[in-house]
Amino acid sequence: MTLTIHDLRKESGSYLPGSAACPGCGATLAFRIASRVLGPNTVYVVPASCFSVIQSPFPKSAISAPLYNIAFPAAAATASGVYRAYKMLGRDVNVVVWAGDGGTVDIGIQALSGAAERGENIIYVCYDNEAYMNTGIQRSGATPFRAWTKTTPTGKREMPKDMPMIVAAHRVPYVATASVGYPFDLANKFEKAKKIKGFRYIHIFSTCPPGWNSPVSKTAEVAKLAVDTYFWPLYEIENGKLRITVKPRKRPLKEFLELQDRFRGLSDEEIEELEKIVMEKWNFLLHLEKSERVF
Amino acid sequence: MAIEGTWEIITGNQAAAIAAKLARVKVVPAYPITPQTTIVEYIASFIESGHMDAEYIRVESEHSAMAAAIGASAAGVRAFTATASQGLLLMSEVLHWAAGSRLPIGMAVVNRAVGPPWNIHVDHQDAMSQRDTGWLQVYISSNQEVLDTILMMYKVAEHPDVLLPFMVCLDGFVLSHTYMPVNIPRQEDVDEFLPEYSPPHWKLDPENPITFGNLALPDEYQEMRWSMDLSMRRALDLIEDVAEEFFQKFGRYHGGATWKYKVEDADYIVVTAGTMASEAEVAVDELREEGMRVGLLKVRAFRPFPHRDVAEVLQDRKGVIIIDRSIAFSSGGPIGIEVRSSLYNISGSPPIVNYVTGLGGRDVTYEDIVKMTKDGIGRITSDRLRRPYYWYKLKPEYEKIELSEEVRL
Repeated sequence: MTLTIHDLRKESGSYLPGSAACPGCGATLAFRIASRVLGPNTVYVVPASCFSVIQSPFPKSAISAPLYNIAFPAAAATASGVYRAYKMLGRDVNVVVWAGDGGTVDIGIQALSGAAERGENIIYVCYDNEAYMNTGIQRSGATPFRAWTKTTPTGKREMPKDMPMIVAAHRVPYVATASVGYPFDLANKFEKAKKIKGFRYIHIFSTCPPGWNSPVSKTAEVAKLAVDTYFWPLYEIENGKLRITVKPRKRPLKEFLELQDRFRGLSDEEIEELEKIVMEKWNFLLHLEKSERVF
Repeated sequence: MAIEGTWEIITGNQAAAIAAKLARVKVVPAYPITPQTTIVEYIASFIESGHMDAEYIRVESEHSAMAAAIGASAAGVRAFTATASQGLLLMSEVLHWAAGSRLPIGMAVVNRAVGPPWNIHVDHQDAMSQRDTGWLQVYISSNQEVLDTILMMYKVAEHPDVLLPFMVCLDGFVLSHTYMPVNIPRQEDVDEFLPEYSPPHWKLDPENPITFGNLALPDEYQEMRWSMDLSMRRALDLIEDVAEEFFQKFGRYHGGATWKYKVEDADYIVVTAGTMASEAEVAVDELREEGMRVGLLKVRAFRPFPHRDVAEVLQDRKGVIIIDRSIAFSSGGPIGIEVRSSLYNISGSPPIVNYVTGLGGRDVTYEDIVKMTKDGIGRITSDRLRRPYYWYKLKPEYEKIELSEEVRL
């Protein structure tokens, strides 16, 4: 069954009005959709991230599900403990890590890898705004090649970590990429993940207007263009088998890049170089799609 | 009183593992480190052989061990782990997090020196450096005391007036790997003494959703820290009460926040902790045979620190000899610092000689304690008490440098 907007509208989700998010925040869009699919029988574990602030300060909260804030490197381990305790209590609850890219690909990668290797029955979500945004736009291991941040003022010189593939290499039952520009693809991946037992990983491309200097009214458009230009391909790996879930007609990468100031000033050669990298990845995914098992 | 249960000859680590089993902990995240390893090995075998009903999480680091214990405790079950030295230091961030979340997690800390250089032997610096994390800390002198104290401390930590995590600190190798006779209480008696944990304050529960640990601004934060401090202070009386209750039920008493030995008529009192305290009991007997009226005040609880108890015992004595197995660089021994704080601003505050010794497993026998006590008494009576603390058992060539250093009080 595929979820439609009617299904999503039936659920209220766990995101309440009055959060402390920036206008046009992609992470909140992702949370709103994900929490509608996951439902109220869900516990969230959140490491240091924009979401530590978005939920709003004590004694208020914009999240209506139980949510536990934990130290930056520790989310996957804490979620493991929560899941094991519920297992001992005989309770079936969705245990979800809701983490940013810093808390996932950098400082949290060790705990994440441990939990994935142990096959903890949790859903790990990385909402990826491609830099340390909560601390004010510093580069992370997920920041794209050539992107401007305050610690890469002339553009990042390294390629980002391919985190979904790193997690998939742990042979977990479900890994997916998603984008807030494709909400039904995103919703359906949560729907699928919810029904699978074991370690599940969903990596969501989440537009950050203040961090990327993109127009606040174009959060969805930027995230859609990321997919349509093949900058952020949407795929899932279920029990080792890869499937590209959205195969749009390719649009020029420039259309995606020019909506954000973080790629401003790239020369035509540099844009061409990025196009080449993007196409290499796309072709590689097409190749992997033909394999019986990726991992 | 007839003591029920069975006698076994076991190590301190076995005693800790058996205590976790008897406490019916439900989640044990564990990462091995010398000399803690056999604790987590025993627990793994208890669980896999069906003798213990718990989830065992084979985490990839101590940081994750504590983070997972936090998750389990926040979800509402009793959690236990064990560590030592570098492992405890790696946990430091999440130690604060556990206490701030008011989660009564239990942990055995097998005290070991910190590196560099690598050293696996006893030293209290690992745990004492975590003084301000908000964890209750009790230092132990025997394997029986290890087992009994873990049971007692769950009861203290889970009390609605406390709700803070605890460390039971046992000396690496001296207790962890040394066999002693230990009485293993019956499970039904332990169940009566320590009922199943049910969080009285908060837990992660979809039936009653709350957000925990979100931003607290300056208008809110300070009272949260105050409440931890209040709970820590309230734990002092509870440690005494629970020790009394344990005595009534099991017939064993190891002291409350302190343990006193021959202090009533003592002119001089030795203050120390851990296994040095059991050596000090022998030293006290030796010194008394030589005609010196010496007593022992063993510090069991380092956090909360029993300031009032310590002041009452030490007030109006001729002198106090404090022996520390940890160095607070440039300030002496951590217990020395605390005891000074206990005695300041009271009348009849006695002179104090603080020794730092036994680091990285350097042996401290009763003979050493006799020597330190005599040296301390000599300094007090002949007005040679010139330093805030003294190093004991340095190699002679280093001792020479130490004593030639200008004293800056």
